[in-house]
Amino acid sequence: MRWLLLKDLVILRRSRLLVAMLVVYPVVLALLIGLAISRSPSRPRVAVVDETPPGQTVQVGSERVQVSQYAQQLFSQVTTVRVPSRAQAVEKVKQGSVLAAVVIPRDLASRLSSSIAPARLEVIYNGDAIEQSLVRSTLNSALAQANLGFSEQIQQAAAKAIDLLLAGGNLSIIGAPPNLIGLSQIPPALHSILAHLPPGAERRQLERISAFANFAAQNLSVSKNVLQTVSQPIQVKSTLLHGRRTPLNTFAVVVAVSVSLMFIGVLLAAGGMALEREEHVLIRLVRGLITRERLLVEKAVLSAVCSFAVAFAMLAGVSAFVALDWSRVGQWLAALAFGAVAFGALGVAIGALAREVRAASLLAFLLSLPLAFLALVPAGAVAVGLYDAIRVVSFAFPFKATLQALDAAVNGASPSIGSSLVHLAGLTVVFAGLARVGLRRVE
Amino acid sequence: MKQAAEPPAEAQPPILSVQAVDKRFGARHALRAVSFDVRPGELIAVVGPNGAGKTTLLSILAGVQQPSAGRVLSPAAPSAGRRAIGWSPQNPALYSKLSVEENLRLFARLERVADPDAVVARMLEHTGLSSRARDRVEFLSGGNRQRVNVALGLIADPPVLALDEPSSALDPRQRARLWDFLGALAGRSADGPNTSVLFSTHHLGEVRRYATRAIVLADGELLFDGTPAELIAASGPGDDDLEGAFIAFLTECGH
Repeated sequence: MRWLLLKDLVILRRSRLLVAMLVVYPVVLALLIGLAISRSPSRPRVAVVDETPPGQTVQVGSERVQVSQYAQQLFSQVTTVRVPSRAQAVEKVKQGSVLAAVVIPRDLASRLSSSIAPARLEVIYNGDAIEQSLVRSTLNSALAQANLGFSEQIQQAAAKAIDLLLAGGNLSIIGAPPNLIGLSQIPPALHSILAHLPPGAERRQLERISAFANFAAQNLSVSKNVLQTVSQPIQVKSTLLHGRRTPLNTFAVVVAVSVSLMFIGVLLAAGGMALEREEHVLIRLVRGLITRERLLVEKAVLSAVCSFAVAFAMLAGVSAFVALDWSRVGQWLAALAFGAVAFGALGVAIGALAREVRAASLLAFLLSLPLAFLALVPAGAVAVGLYDAIRVVSFAFPFKATLQALDAAVNGASPSIGSSLVHLAGLTVVFAGLARVGLRRVE
Repeated sequence: MKQAAEPPAEAQPPILSVQAVDKRFGARHALRAVSFDVRPGELIAVVGPNGAGKTTLLSILAGVQQPSAGRVLSPAAPSAGRRAIGWSPQNPALYSKLSVEENLRLFARLERVADPDAVVARMLEHTGLSSRARDRVEFLSGGNRQRVNVALGLIADPPVLALDEPSSALDPRQRARLWDFLGALAGRSADGPNTSVLFSTHHLGEVRRYATRAIVLADGELLFDGTPAELIAASGPGDDDLEGAFIAFLTECGH
């Protein structure tokens, strides 16, 4: 077997372009996937037409809330391009220089103050389905954030007004007479008057007024809390059931390394195996020079060693930029080794079934890319039935198991590395069996 | 089967004996109880129409396929197994990224020959490719590739060499050079036993010119085993052209 290994190494050394592609392509692809996962999306460019007069405010009780604060919150999640008119905004959307335009109408403040008709923003957008979806989700999120912030300001202003009503004082700002008594001060004041009144109709009348004032003061105090609850009715408390929380950037590293391991392992094994058939040498080899089993092992081992080396070099290199726990290096090596061998087995199965290198490479590529994509689809992102199908497909190929093993090894994530390694070992046996079946035919 | 007169080589004991070899692929009967012997130094042409079973027969002799029934024996070296027969498939089975020398050395090592370097040097000399030893196979002409292909079949020094259409992709000049090489292999020499060569071909001119014996297969059945001259004679008077005689013979046999 060592002579075949040496032969394959010589052939690889003489196929520099192929080797460069095999290494550079998956590494670049993996880094792109990693970047896409770890980085938040860039803020879309949105044209803004603010028709509200400068310094316009919304009156809430004794407080005035600046409309410009609403606009600032609204546009904190987008890159704003200020334009003076709606027509110019529409033109920019048509040209594609901005993804959307938002028109803040002149009457926004008056509508907010009136509480009769809701304030309305106009959103104008264009582009293909993906751009439309991006703009709509981004603007919806921005609007929700801005509405929340604005309602909090209004709630604070309303709470302040309630405090004034309860405590009394100078309420001239809302049109009340100066030095007004507070609602909470009325019951004790009435109580002291009632103490000097003889029983009778007047006293009973005052007692009713005192009871009402007491009840109103208590409930007005409670309404402050109600206002706070209404402004943010549900708050989120997160609990992670098992394992450590995986930071997004180290998970991206795991994804990138798994993708590289898969591409190099599968493509090299598939190409190497198919080469024996394409060069018509298989028929000579299996005459007794080497058993089919040893030939499969040789190809799988060679591809596994190459993919393992590149993947480990990637992990080590990335650790210069992302904090990785080197005390877990033993687990990294185990995850990489089991994954590399499983991908090698998948590759030789593809190579044994294909007749030529190009067909094997294409098949390996067409199979690998969707598998990686499917394994990254999160639960809940698609319909339940479709997700179940995705889980079955992901279970039947080594990418997801390798991803889980490496995530457990690098990040201590669940499920445990042991179960993933057993899964990978099982897949290795299955694909080696398929490869053996594929090699029954030698011509 | 029409049996011709005994060829001179038959005086020697056979080095390969094919006994009632039968091969089925599902419902298709590819070979039907084919029997013949091979003696030292013979150049045996296996001819027949497409689908006659020539490649199947040679691949069974080479050990690439197993017969459904019957057996292939090497009376002179019963323990040699597949080493008793060298094999050169129709398409050159070579690693194109390796040089001529590297291909020969790799297969010498896989064949576990005692002295791979000496065998490589001998094969380079036999094939006349010493000057191209370090050239990659991908840069060789079709003729030279076929020479290396044949050399790989000979690398373990087998007493019998099976060649599947060795000259099919070669121009006339390359064919002539290949046959000179094969003729030298089968020719008598003082330093050891001669290699017997079995080859399949559609070039009946080559059969007449180079073969010492011809085996005719049709629909998996062995129809004729004798010299090319005997095949011409078997087709009846009036045609001394082997191709014409071959066609007449097949027609006479109902094929």
